[in-house]
Amino acid sequence: MTDASYPDDLLYHPEHDWARVADGVATFGITWYAQEALGEVVFYEPPTVGSNVTKDEPYTEVESVKAVSDVIAPLSGEIVEVNAALADKPEMINDEPYGEGWLVKVKLSDPDEPGSLLDATAYKASLA
Amino acid sequence: MPSTAETALRRTTLHERHAAAGAKLVPFAGWEMPVQYAGIRDEHLAVRRHAGVFDVSHMGQVQTCGPQAPSFLQHLLSNDVRRIPEGGAQYSLLCREDGGILDDLFTYRLAECDFLTVTNAANHEHDLAWMQERAAGFDVDVIDRAPEFAMLAVQGPAARELVRGLADGALPSRMHCCQRDVAAVPQLICGTGYTGEDGVELLLDPGQAPAVWDALVSAGATPCGLGARDTLRLEVCFHLYGNDMDERRNPIEAGLGWCCKEATGFIGADAVAAARADGTPEKLVAFSIEGPGIARQGNPIKGGGIVTSGTFSPCLERGIGMGYVPAERAAPGTQIEIDVRGTVRPAVIERKPLYQTKGSSTA
Repeated sequence: MTDASYPDDLLYHPEHDWARVADGVATFGITWYAQEALGEVVFYEPPTVGSNVTKDEPYTEVESVKAVSDVIAPLSGEIVEVNAALADKPEMINDEPYGEGWLVKVKLSDPDEPGSLLDATAYKASLA
Repeated sequence: MPSTAETALRRTTLHERHAAAGAKLVPFAGWEMPVQYAGIRDEHLAVRRHAGVFDVSHMGQVQTCGPQAPSFLQHLLSNDVRRIPEGGAQYSLLCREDGGILDDLFTYRLAECDFLTVTNAANHEHDLAWMQERAAGFDVDVIDRAPEFAMLAVQGPAARELVRGLADGALPSRMHCCQRDVAAVPQLICGTGYTGEDGVELLLDPGQAPAVWDALVSAGATPCGLGARDTLRLEVCFHLYGNDMDERRNPIEAGLGWCCKEATGFIGADAVAAARADGTPEKLVAFSIEGPGIARQGNPIKGGGIVTSGTFSPCLERGIGMGYVPAERAAPGTQIEIDVRGTVRPAVIERKPLYQTKGSSTA
């Protein structure tokens, strides 16, 4: 497992989710802190493309051996792509939480919403 | 009794070892215990393939001694206590009059009239009070020994050899116990465990536990947390009190009739005999999920029933569990459907154990 990291180019939700926003579409994932707290992810079933997600509401689940955890949407919109490869390799959520372990891509419904998220410095401060 | 929320969590004498090893510590039955070190799957597989060591010092101990200790325990425990030889061990239940299960216990016969019973942490105070309240008519002393014992479980195909290398004599065989020095520390060694693997459990002075822990880890035992303890026991279908049975369940529906000997007249024997004769509306079964998904405790089973334990099996690499289903649908091979947070997951009822360990019994 990797060491703690919180890339500067991402936006963060206090419930330990990240978003990478580009051209009105955001990629979502869980943070290093979240995957570390969860432990090794052994099961993940992607949500349905075309379904809507709402900021601050759960939109999918990740499961470790011990427990299932809701994943909270950092932003609102419609799911336009899911990371289907995770069904076979859910451990990528631990190994590369900001890379191959991404969860969904969402077409944002409110262009102003990203302004409400934390930057890396503020998120790291919230963990202290 | 104060709730755990209002009182500080208790720590075992191995707390510093756990913290130094990077363990994730969680509240469990009023104790702060390690749930995992490196990861549940790795710890689980270390026990199946080699040897792991668990700090289970949260578990309680009750000593019962005196001329009428055998007849007293025969009155309280569901199994036939007279059949435990000196230096032997036996699994049994503590039941209410109506057969409701108060706890499941291992009892070690240290001498003709001297027994040590290991309790579940969450039940220890209640078990102790239950036993002491019923001791009045017997020439017996019932003594709380929990403060005097740390408890380590060393489990896995290499566990015995590993412990033997640190011990001053032969180890007890399975379901037996004896006094030995391990790492130069005197202790009670018991040929028991909760993983389905061969191994021993060590009962010793809490102050000496860190030295013994260090010796075991140095000799190659992998530190394992309660997370792996749970997945290991569930693969071999050992019951967890509070999940798979409690005082609302009787031993017959819980599949524990094998450790009830009603002829001894233990408290609850009449109710157990009636349940055995008449059958029970529900039965505890083991299941595995067919396809993706992991059922968890509390998930409803379609057509009646509920999951009492559910996890991901590191050895079988699928969702497994135990739960109660209507007795007429409890046969192995029966297809069931489990409502896993709104998603229906097909599962099949399996024979116990779900995982067959290599070369050891599952007592």
